[in-house]
Amino acid sequence: MSTAVLTDPKTKIRVSQSSAPQPIIQMREVCKGFGSGVTRNEVLTNINLNVREGEFLAIVGFSGSGKSTFMKLLAGLETIDSGTLTMDGQTITGPNPERGLVFQNYSLLPWLTVRGNIALSVNSVFRKWGRGERADHVEKFIEMVGLTHAAHRRPHELSGGMRQRVSLARTLAMKPKVLLLDEPLSALDAMTRSVLQEEILKIWEEERQTCVMITNDVDEAILVADRIVPLNPGPNASLGPAFTVELDRPRKSSELNHSDAFKGLRNAVTNYLVAVRQKSREDEAATTTAPKVELPDLEPLAMKLPHVSSLTAAK
Amino acid sequence: MNWRGKLLTFCKVTGMPVLEPFVRLAAGEDVKEQLVGISKFVLLPALAIALFIGLWSAAAKTIVSDSAQLPSPTATWNAGIELFEMHADQRQADRDAKKEKLTEAVESLAMARGFDELAAKATEEKKSLYAAEAQKNRKRAVLAANYTPSSAPTFIDQIINSLVTVAFGFLIATAIAIPIGVMCGMSPWVNAAMTPFIQVFKPVSPLAWLPIAAVVIIWAYSGTDPEDALFSKAFLTSAATVSLCSLWPTLVNTTFGVASVNQDYLNVARVLKLSWAQQLYKIILPASLPLMFAGLRISLGVGWMVLIAADMLAQNPGLGKFVWDTYQNGSSVSYARITFSVIVIGAIGLVFDRIMICLRNLVSFGDTAPA
Ligand SMILES: Nc1ncnc2c1ncn2[C@@H]1O[C@H](COP(=O)(O)OP(=O)(O)OP(=O)(O)O)[C@@H](O)[C@H]1O
Ligand SMILES: [Mg+2]
Repeated sequence: MSTAVLTDPKTKIRVSQSSAPQPIIQMREVCKGFGSGVTRNEVLTNINLNVREGEFLAIVGFSGSGKSTFMKLLAGLETIDSGTLTMDGQTITGPNPERGLVFQNYSLLPWLTVRGNIALSVNSVFRKWGRGERADHVEKFIEMVGLTHAAHRRPHELSGGMRQRVSLARTLAMKPKVLLLDEPLSALDAMTRSVLQEEILKIWEEERQTCVMITNDVDEAILVADRIVPLNPGPNASLGPAFTVELDRPRKSSELNHSDAFKGLRNAVTNYLVAVRQKSREDEAATTTAPKVELPDLEPLAMKLPHVSSLTAAK
Repeated sequence: MNWRGKLLTFCKVTGMPVLEPFVRLAAGEDVKEQLVGISKFVLLPALAIALFIGLWSAAAKTIVSDSAQLPSPTATWNAGIELFEMHADQRQADRDAKKEKLTEAVESLAMARGFDELAAKATEEKKSLYAAEAQKNRKRAVLAANYTPSSAPTFIDQIINSLVTVAFGFLIATAIAIPIGVMCGMSPWVNAAMTPFIQVFKPVSPLAWLPIAAVVIIWAYSGTDPEDALFSKAFLTSAATVSLCSLWPTLVNTTFGVASVNQDYLNVARVLKLSWAQQLYKIILPASLPLMFAGLRISLGVGWMVLIAADMLAQNPGLGKFVWDTYQNGSSVSYARITFSVIVIGAIGLVFDRIMICLRNLVSFGDTAPA
């Protein structure tokens, strides 16, 4: 097997440990690829994950490793090739407003205003509500993301940060049981990004719904998440060991920067990511230049990570 | 947004960059930059037009044969003015005739009254005579009151006829092309079934359709008296030819627009569990409107171009017939009138194009097409 991380027994043990109390979403041996025959491209392999009720889970990974594909599987927009994927014990067969997805590229409908975009969701999901009730609901969420002054504008008249706010409000207004955020902030500049990070955190701390967020920023993951799961680089990407973030809430990014636990965790996650990327590059080089040669199954030096439990204990 | 922003948006949506430098100048923006804009969009085209008119005058002096001569710009202009004057005169004459007839009607009616009174007072044998006379006058009055002038259509009338025909043909084409296009775009199966037809019929020359359209219309009208018919045969033949030719750009663009709706928008619809109809009306149609209107714009251009030729062949009242009749007429001003018609036809085509650009820009938010 080329993916040493996957066969690493420690990983498996940790995954099964983390499946402790109440998994709301459960993934078992999930595989996903695109195309068929010679153009077949295996994106995700053997994904095992339990998302616990009420937790904030962050998935970190490099660009192109299959993060969006992973999220679309959770949302039900793509179907799994093999394995099982369940929510509340029931197989996920298609999309459902119970799992609200915030798209990576906002996906706002350009012909609708801010209000129109949010109203479309509300009107489609809460069909049984009265007209006034739905309108109030829409206004509440426009206000929550601070866009009351721009409610009549169309997406092309908004800044990137404002668009992301609309996209967030549109999904939150559906009152999903699980909130799925696909790199919600990666297209934004650093300033807007940190403002929105805190807003997302604030909203989540009020609602405490289950939330899965994809990000490519380790600091961001540590700031918001209860657990961080790295996605190894593709093809055949699988999940790495979970890192538990045991920092007190509410968290402030300005304060975190001075915390030793934060620094340690950041180093651990970053080192892990760098190591798996190094490994995947070596694997790739090995398969492309000399495919016939058997390479000794060695772990790179950088794979020797500080143990997660020791990290959390240090806190 | 202030008035300036609104005007600038207006310039953009209507596809008229000509106006933009003037708006900015009025708002007190950098003068030099605006002068560059004005010289680009106003002075340069004006110069080109002046150059063209100069060349045209020179050509008009050269291209002279025994029977005819290329009309000069002034001759064309005068012919145009003459055409408008003829229209005004004609209208005046019609109005006078109508007035005359009305007086006649009133007089006849008065006569009829007179005979009625006479009949009431007269003795038995004269009574029926007077009554008959009264009846005759009454009939005359009705005939005179219902008089409609039946003069030959003027140039302006022909413009209106052409506009009506092209609008009719274009509406039919749109009503056919958009539903089929939507179906083709939504279902690869329908598309596969339609593709052979589209690809074979699309490149067919407009005029090849005309006899076929005529056959169908003659068949459809075989039992009806031409007096009762809602539309004349020639009108329907022209309109049908326009439809058949202007169908394709809309059809192809609608198919493409619907088939290429952003997958993310469709994902939004799937997450919201929209029904098929909601998905069509709330996502697919709005998303494909810009491409649809781009197709309609080409269709209207093609339709207008085809109409002139169809009118000539089908002898349907309109600009095409006007050009043809004038040509056959062969008087000294014929060529000047035809040249003037050419310019009018072009100008109307331009207006159509602007209107369609404007509509397209109105439905494509944040992605206005260059003019
Ligand atoms: N619909 C599809 N058909 C074929 N291949 C696909 C499809 N969607 C994704 N892929 C492939 O799957 C791989 C992972 O794509 P994905 O969009 O999940 O990456 P990502 O991790 O989200 O990247 P980024 O950080 O840039 O968003 C890519 O190699 C991509 O080419
Ligand atoms: Mg992605």
